[in-house]
Amino acid sequence: MTENKKFNDMTKKERMQLPRVKMPEQDPRARKKNFQEVPFGLTPEMAIAESWRCIECKNPKCIEGCPVEVDIPAFILKVRAGDFVGAARKIKETNALPAICGRVCPQEEQCEKVCVLGAKYKPVAIGYLERFVADFERNNKLIEIPKTAKATGKKIAVVGSGPAGLTVAADLALLGHKVVIYEALHKLGGVLIYGIPEFRLPKAIVASEVDYLKKLGVEVNNSFVVGKLDTVDELLEAGFDAVFIGTGAGLPNFMHIEGENLNGVYSSNEFLTRSNLMAAYDFPNMDTPIFVGKNVAVLGGGNTAMDSVRTALRLGAENGYIIYRRSRTEMPARIEEIHHAEQEGVQFNFLTNPIRFIGNSDGWVTHMECIRMELGEPDSSGRRRPVPIEGSNFTLPVDTVVIAVGNSSNPLIPQTTPGLNTNRWGNITVDEKTMMTSRKGVFAGGDIVTGGATVILAAGAGKVAARAIHRYVLGLPMIDEGKKEEETPAQKAG
Amino acid sequence: MFEILDKKELCEKVHQFRIKAPHLVSKAKAGQFVILRKDEAGERIPMSIGGLDRKNGILTVVIQEVGKTSAAMNRMKKGDFFADVVGPLGLPSHVEKFGHCVCIGGGVGIPPIYPIAQALKDTGNKVTSIIGARTKSLLIFEEELAFASHELKISTDDGSFGTHGFVTTILQQMIDGGDKIDMVIAIGPVPMMKAVVNTTREPKIKTYVSLNPIMVDGTGMCGACRVTVGGKTKFACVDGPDFDGHEVDFDEMTKRQKMYHRYEKLAYDKFLENDHCRLAKAAAELKNKTT
Ligand SMILES: Cc1cc2nc3c(=O)[nH]c(=O)nc-3n(C[C@H](O)[C@H](O)[C@H](O)COP(=O)(O)OP(=O)(O)OC[C@H]3O[C@@H](n4cnc5c(N)ncnc54)[C@H](O)[C@@H]3O)c2cc1C
Ligand SMILES: Cc1cc2nc3c(=O)[nH]c(=O)nc-3n(C[C@H](O)[C@H](O)[C@H](O)COP(=O)(O)OP(=O)(O)OC[C@H]3O[C@@H](n4cnc5c(N)ncnc54)[C@H](O)[C@@H]3O)c2cc1C
Ligand code: SF4
Ligand code: SF4
Ligand code: FES
Repeated sequence: MTENKKFNDMTKKERMQLPRVKMPEQDPRARKKNFQEVPFGLTPEMAIAESWRCIECKNPKCIEGCPVEVDIPAFILKVRAGDFVGAARKIKETNALPAICGRVCPQEEQCEKVCVLGAKYKPVAIGYLERFVADFERNNKLIEIPKTAKATGKKIAVVGSGPAGLTVAADLALLGHKVVIYEALHKLGGVLIYGIPEFRLPKAIVASEVDYLKKLGVEVNNSFVVGKLDTVDELLEAGFDAVFIGTGAGLPNFMHIEGENLNGVYSSNEFLTRSNLMAAYDFPNMDTPIFVGKNVAVLGGGNTAMDSVRTALRLGAENGYIIYRRSRTEMPARIEEIHHAEQEGVQFNFLTNPIRFIGNSDGWVTHMECIRMELGEPDSSGRRRPVPIEGSNFTLPVDTVVIAVGNSSNPLIPQTTPGLNTNRWGNITVDEKTMMTSRKGVFAGGDIVTGGATVILAAGAGKVAARAIHRYVLGLPMIDEGKKEEETPAQKAG
Repeated sequence: MFEILDKKELCEKVHQFRIKAPHLVSKAKAGQFVILRKDEAGERIPMSIGGLDRKNGILTVVIQEVGKTSAAMNRMKKGDFFADVVGPLGLPSHVEKFGHCVCIGGGVGIPPIYPIAQALKDTGNKVTSIIGARTKSLLIFEEELAFASHELKISTDDGSFGTHGFVTTILQQMIDGGDKIDMVIAIGPVPMMKAVVNTTREPKIKTYVSLNPIMVDGTGMCGACRVTVGGKTKFACVDGPDFDGHEVDFDEMTKRQKMYHRYEKLAYDKFLENDHCRLAKAAAELKNKTT
């Protein structure tokens, strides 16, 4: 409290000039060999000190930067007062997954990007604080299981259990509806469980979210592939009043170049699924194997690429290369992950594109031929388009390659649901305000609608869909014009 | 959790399981497969559907011991439970009115041929089945196939039963003898499927093969199961498992199947060692009891 008195006496200007908190984390040399989480989290003292840097702007830009409009200054004020649980609950009013988003949101592109402090100083560490309060609530077993509303007698099926599905399920259960989740894999969580590695998002956090849902009375069916076992129409016929589709963008893209089917060449989905979902890093205690050689090249510049290359190092690779065809500034990965990857010794090859993979007679990859690129004119996305430099080819010895150049949507549900419209990339099209698809009573959200995006956008879409589904099953007007907040996040998340 | 209702050894290292899975059985079609997981530490293992008892909701799979997981599964007992049985996965086999169909099975490819032969017969095709094994004692599912086909032909490599030779010896005899064949479907070890495809290429007989590359999820998410068919990459779990045999790059598939050999051997050896210890211990206990 004496601390707080010190801060209390400061002017806003002085507070803004306080140094931004540094996240304590595992030493890169040690963590390169383990799968434990890299950052340790803030201490309560650190969190309180950081909270004083926020000057509670009258017109808080940070809220606009957050896709689900977390009331950032309000939760930070609670941190300052030492009411960490209150802070966590404040966030949960709009974001059901703060322990996850605090860890994986690209804050530098969202809330922290527009924090006013950023213009002259460093932005408030909103993500760290969000993570801190959510961890505090969970670690101290203070997560409250709210009383759900009186049973409405309505039943909703949720297909897929990524951030979109988890959010829809929680919100609808709270509103008194019977919710049943159908998940194709044997564990719930979508990319949170099979894709994002333990060292970035501990699986216990995802398990805690799933546990919370079960306590809310949500019924869970894992190992259930909708479209193969029951179709969406069969779920509706079986008595569900509405169906939400949150099946994500799970289909791995390949480069379609020579040698791509050689042994040792993985999609990032396979590589990460083996390591995360199947826990292959613990082979032979766990039954699923994974192969990691000495020289591992990962193609791509997103979070998936960083996750793959850092996983490879932890599995014993001597050299972990990132091969990315644009330059560093265009890399879509979170800054923190790029930074962590650098610290761990990942070698970056920017402006480099693979042309073909070369193998031996047993069908194993041994080399990769690449070409150097330079940035030309901006393309439709506004980024300068990389063009190959003639004659700059070179080969790199590799024994493992991980292709992390994005995912597309899985066609299974659209193929088995007549009348469900998709766009030319195979994403399901929805009414942005309600997330209803071309099929009455069938809603969709998350990556299956937007294409590969972010956890918070998927969760945000889930929130909007849950509100619309609630109105739909109760026969209320689909959009409540009276309430502004019902529209804004919808437009953003859509 | 999926209960094993009964289980029997069909021949050395090959066991038949009847598993209670009513929902799955009500949806499954011939030619599809399931993914099994023994327990929480378990691998996801694809297995063909070797029979569907629709009335009682019972799924038949036949598992050959080739490594750690299949060995551990074959030591499960009646009344035990599989942690997961996911499916039905993959596309059903092409079942339409072809005319004369020849269904060819080898080894553990024989059981999945059975529901396909039955479906083809039920659709009004004339069905001849050919099954083969190294030797007589390894022949399985004869009765089932005799029931599902108009005619059943058998070959053994050592001549201990039926025609001396391979399934392709019989197929070639049929072609040479002027039998009109409108479609062939073959399931079995890669060399067998390759030989069948080579036999039917020249006479241009439509030939399907059911591919069994390494898989993880079985839903199109990982790409582990990619195979080259007609020069294009396909995912066997969602685009197959049946493909036009004349278009399949078998050599690539054979190499891809060996991706984890080193690890698999390690795990299998460790398993057998433990298995040995367990058996030795059980024997010792038995001896203690009796003395
Ligand atoms: C490796 C990796 C790292 C990432 N890192 C970040 C990050 O740091 N920050 C960030 O914000 N975003 C990140 N993302 C993106 C983010 O994870 C996704 O945008 C988000 O998970 C999408 O959520 P979703 O609910 O739409 O779908 P998903 O999380 O993809 O979940 C979909 C679920 O549906 C299931 N399913 C699919 N088909 C069926 C069916 N027919 N029947 C039943 N179930 C089905 C799938 O098995 C899966 O569990 C990352 C993605 C990857 C792959
Ligand atoms: C669609 C399909 C249908 C199949 N049907 C049957 C069947 O009806 N009966 C049967 O006995 N076997 C069947 N198999 C093969 C069976 O899945 C493998 O034999 C099994 O996975 C081996 O596991 P393991 O741990 O015992 O052996 P491992 O020690 O892991 O491997 C031994 C060999 O089996 C193959 N294999 C390993 N893992 C996989 C995997 N995940 N998927 C496919 N192959 C793998 C590899 O070629 C490997 O070299 C089928 C495979 C596929 C893809
Ligand atoms: S949800 Fe993400 S973007 Fe929103 S405040 Fe939290 S960390 Fe920032
Ligand atoms: S913009 Fe920054 S300083 Fe202003 S309220 Fe938001 S976090 Fe606080
Ligand atoms: S097994 Fe993963 S895509 Fe086929």
